[in-house]
Amino acid sequence: MSFLFGFAEPSSVPTSSTVAHSANWFLEYAWLVPLLPALSFVGILFFGKRMRYRGAELGIAAVSLSFLLAVCAGFAWIQHRDNFVLPDAASGAPATPGESYVAVQNSTQWLQSGGVEFGAGVLVDGLSVMMLLVVTIVSLLVHVYSTDYVGDDKRYTHFFAFLSLFTAAMLFFVLSDNILQMIVGWELVGVCSFVLIGHWWEEKPNSDAALKAFLTNRVGDVGLIIGTITLFFAAGGGHTFDTIKINEAIVQGEVGHTALVVASLCLMAAVMSKSGQFILHTWLPDAMAGPTPVSALIHAATMVVAGVFMIARLYPVFFEGMQIGGSSINLMATIGAVTLVFGGLLAFVQDDIKKVLAYSTVSQLGYMVMALGVGAWTAAVFHLFTHAFFKANLFLGSGSVAHAVHSFDMKKDMGGMRKFMPKTYITFIIGSLALAGLFPLAGFWSKDEILVGTGGWGLFGGTGGNGAYTFHLLMGVFGAALTAAYMTRCVYLTFHGEFRGGHAHGGHAHGGHAHGGHEHGGHAHGGHAHGDPHESGPRILVPLYILSGLAVVAGFANLPAGFQLVGDSWTERFGHYVEPYKSSYFPAIDHATPSWSLAVVASVVALAGAGAAIYYYFVKVDRLADQTQQSLTELPDGLSKSNALAGAGHRVLVNKYYLDHLYEGVIVAFTKGPLARAAYWVNQKVIDRTVDKAGETAVLVGRHVYDVVDQSVIDGFVDGSGRVSDATGEELRQINSGKVQNYAAILFAMAAVLAGTFLIIFAL
Amino acid sequence: MLLNQFLLLSAVLFCIGVYGVLARKNGVLVLMSIELILNAVNINLVAFGALTADVGGEVFALFTIAVAAAEVGIGLAIVLLIYRNRRSIDLSEIDLMKG
Repeated sequence: MSFLFGFAEPSSVPTSSTVAHSANWFLEYAWLVPLLPALSFVGILFFGKRMRYRGAELGIAAVSLSFLLAVCAGFAWIQHRDNFVLPDAASGAPATPGESYVAVQNSTQWLQSGGVEFGAGVLVDGLSVMMLLVVTIVSLLVHVYSTDYVGDDKRYTHFFAFLSLFTAAMLFFVLSDNILQMIVGWELVGVCSFVLIGHWWEEKPNSDAALKAFLTNRVGDVGLIIGTITLFFAAGGGHTFDTIKINEAIVQGEVGHTALVVASLCLMAAVMSKSGQFILHTWLPDAMAGPTPVSALIHAATMVVAGVFMIARLYPVFFEGMQIGGSSINLMATIGAVTLVFGGLLAFVQDDIKKVLAYSTVSQLGYMVMALGVGAWTAAVFHLFTHAFFKANLFLGSGSVAHAVHSFDMKKDMGGMRKFMPKTYITFIIGSLALAGLFPLAGFWSKDEILVGTGGWGLFGGTGGNGAYTFHLLMGVFGAALTAAYMTRCVYLTFHGEFRGGHAHGGHAHGGHAHGGHEHGGHAHGGHAHGDPHESGPRILVPLYILSGLAVVAGFANLPAGFQLVGDSWTERFGHYVEPYKSSYFPAIDHATPSWSLAVVASVVALAGAGAAIYYYFVKVDRLADQTQQSLTELPDGLSKSNALAGAGHRVLVNKYYLDHLYEGVIVAFTKGPLARAAYWVNQKVIDRTVDKAGETAVLVGRHVYDVVDQSVIDGFVDGSGRVSDATGEELRQINSGKVQNYAAILFAMAAVLAGTFLIIFAL
Repeated sequence: MLLNQFLLLSAVLFCIGVYGVLARKNGVLVLMSIELILNAVNINLVAFGALTADVGGEVFALFTIAVAAAEVGIGLAIVLLIYRNRRSIDLSEIDLMKG
């Protein structure tokens, strides 16, 4: 095994940058990881239908192999990070092993045009290796889960083919070593999400949702392309797509600030659409129209984290462009902070369990973007890592419940599921606690690091960081309370109280509930239609166990520095291996010092949020339900009914801040209605009047010219030429006999004349 | 080298071809005559190519052969369709394009 995990000697030619081109086999051949699912996509498409398990086995085999390769790459990276020695470029003497962070780049020239090289290759560093692990493990579990979940679907094979392609696209994206390749991966991910969200396209809302996701992403893609072009021309003396070269040029201050501002703003638009940041997040909840495993994949590992990944990958662009260091407010952090609070608020008013989770994802993505915005790079990436596990866990758990009751509506068809599905219940609770950030589950560690990273906390020592982002700290803490509260509500409505479903399971009685209704149709095996819901099978439960296990332990990967309960060698392992700190392509960010007091305060606030929700649901609603012998989902005289202000707030939330109304009703209708009318008025009164006046003048002038010049002089000439051509045409008509041989004769005669002319000319 | 003989042969072929194209009424024979004209040109190309020791002539002859093959293919297809429609391939009867 040593030949596999050993590392190659550094190349004899010292490079100025911290990039190695030869390394361990698993790092050099990391491109196999995306290649395998891509091959499986082709294989399933062509041969899937004839396979024993309709193509699922090929997809699972390919993703399993990818996962194994990713794990090996993870070990290889740890070896590489700790032992690689890069000779000092100046003196030639080797530096201390493991001191410098050396990425492995393995690229080849794709094409060359006009002196510009277009490369294709893989860039392997801690960030991409971490993403490989997350994507492959979540994808593998989703694959296994899907064999049961969509088992009866008529496009089962097709579903697995695109699941494979989705995985391949995301893996390709995270391994890209240049921004052009990133665009390719980015768009591939978008196409796959479009296909999978619209998997049940026969129903209008589903295909609408797929279109909405695709088109909203197009809006951001405009920014992506402009940003890429800007970087191409601005960085490294211009004309390179290479990520590392661009980053290095920016770190060394070779790129003008204006260019970076433009580039970072444009790329931010792309991130907002892809990663569901506020005002462009509206596609994300609608994307719940897709099958649940797809939602899990989109929200945990692929698609939405692509935006966060891109910021992390091109961090110098944003760090310099947004001026993150030494500031107390910037656009990215503020977008993140607003998204995390607004997303969390929206999660309160959803009846659909998947939409609660969708808005929760919006909110958590807000955390990540905010963390990147305040310069807490490691915290953001670490939150991405932990979030992948517990969010996949929650989504698959909600799918497990929906599989049993054939609906996603918590208020109508769920409640009391704890009794029927104890195993799903436990995993769901673990996922919720991890998401709410309770000690010692994964979410606690990552969320706490984000809060610390804002640097807005000066109590009892601690923090520092890149600036005093106090506002963002407050939003983050408030968001923690919201998260805990809406997850409590979700757990109560789904698993506690009395079972409210089962009354309408004869047919498609849940009208107006499009995807729920469809999944119902997809699983119309008669035995389930009546009686109590029951626990899901092992292919659904085992992924849930694994994910909830990871949701517990993932947080220990990055214990804060100075954490007194364990030795120093156990703290900040994740940051040590993932963050390209002190490498040539990473900005010099400051690390905040963790603070116990902040962790305690944040936990107390989260518990208070959960406590309020528990008091409302588990105490007041439950008691009322007992008294009235009904299963209730809310108090009839609750705050939103009795208090006008709260009621108005509730209405705003139910209508999703009227953003969809803004997009469809106001912007589209304004374009169609008042704007069109205004344009018409301007057209009629202003432009037409000018045109009319000009016309009247022109007519006067024209009439004079007509009478004098036109009629006598020009017309005479034109008429004359007409008459001449008419007569000539009449003569020439004779030649046009329609007989091909006559034409040929003329052709040859003319050729002979030409030849004769030439002869005469050359003879003379 | 006796270039004259080749030129004479090609001139004769060319004239036969032209006569065929102009005088014959049968569509297939007209196509064949066109082939004669093209091959007369080919002989010229090859002859001059050999004279000047330049392969360009031969290369062009090959091009001509390839294009001629395609042209005959299309031409015969047209003749066949005309025959199916009119039961005749007499070119003097085909004058729909008369102006």
